[in-house]
Amino acid sequence: MASTNLTEQYYDLHEHAHPDGYSTTLGFWIYLMSDCLIFGMLFATFAVLGGNYAGGPAPKDLFELPLVAVNTSLLLFSSITYGFAMIAMQNGSKKGLIGWLILTLCFGLGFLSIELFEFHNLIEEGAGPQRSAFLSAFFTLVGTHGLHVTFGSIWLVTLLFQVGKHGLTEANKRRLSCLSLFWHFLDVVWIGVFTFVYLMGVLR
Amino acid sequence: MADHSHGHGHEPAFHATTKDYVIGFVLSVILTAIPFWLVMSGAIADKSTTAIVITAFAAVQVVVHMVYFLHMNGKIEGGWNLMAALFTILLVAIILSGTLWVMFHLNANMMPVKMDGMG
Repeated sequence: MASTNLTEQYYDLHEHAHPDGYSTTLGFWIYLMSDCLIFGMLFATFAVLGGNYAGGPAPKDLFELPLVAVNTSLLLFSSITYGFAMIAMQNGSKKGLIGWLILTLCFGLGFLSIELFEFHNLIEEGAGPQRSAFLSAFFTLVGTHGLHVTFGSIWLVTLLFQVGKHGLTEANKRRLSCLSLFWHFLDVVWIGVFTFVYLMGVLR
Repeated sequence: MADHSHGHGHEPAFHATTKDYVIGFVLSVILTAIPFWLVMSGAIADKSTTAIVITAFAAVQVVVHMVYFLHMNGKIEGGWNLMAALFTILLVAIILSGTLWVMFHLNANMMPVKMDGMG
């Protein structure tokens, strides 16, 4: 037996075709559901610690709802532009797909910039994550969501290059479908964030 | 016996339509704008009523996103997507309600001083 045969026996060298809509999207969905549990834990943590200000600032003193509203709409716009990207993909329009993806990326980066601006202001005001249990829980929850958006944006850029180079191959379509689930999922999590963290926080 | 829709189907996992996205988007804008308006204007004087109302809006909006953006239905992936989602919702409900129940009872039992009203 030649060594190449052994290698082939133990390692999967050839890329197999993954039929679209078969197992990958379901597997990815199950990953998202496990991610959902992470956010569930972080929401529970925030719900428990969200009232412990340690004599520091309360949500009412810190949160600027107009800014949150802008951020929410940016994320919502990015959701529908991603939807249009998927439709362009279904219609086989590479140009349309790339255009909508770039627009989605702009909204995503806008969202991240505003979030970083908000975090920066909070830390400048002395309301950083180490100030109180409320702020620790806040930065952990909102920061984890922001990190997801960051990685989603990196993934989006990667796919832009993939589509640009290889076109609308089956593999790229599958990847775009997975990112679609990821992106919309983040928007669902954000509904929880703006409702329970920001709006309820200001109500307290 | 042999079900041809099973196995390596060549159909995509879902077929999105522009109409779906537009309906989902318009509903989401409405379902987002109302809670923001309620809190920013203080239209409902009672805070706990406002809290319940915006929670209801959030719950409806999650369903809207699941249906129109994530294209959830009982058919794709033979219903496993929906099963996984329902199972996760159950787990998250247990995590949240269990945590709050235990922690607030602990608070009530351990703290002699009256705590700031939470939740």
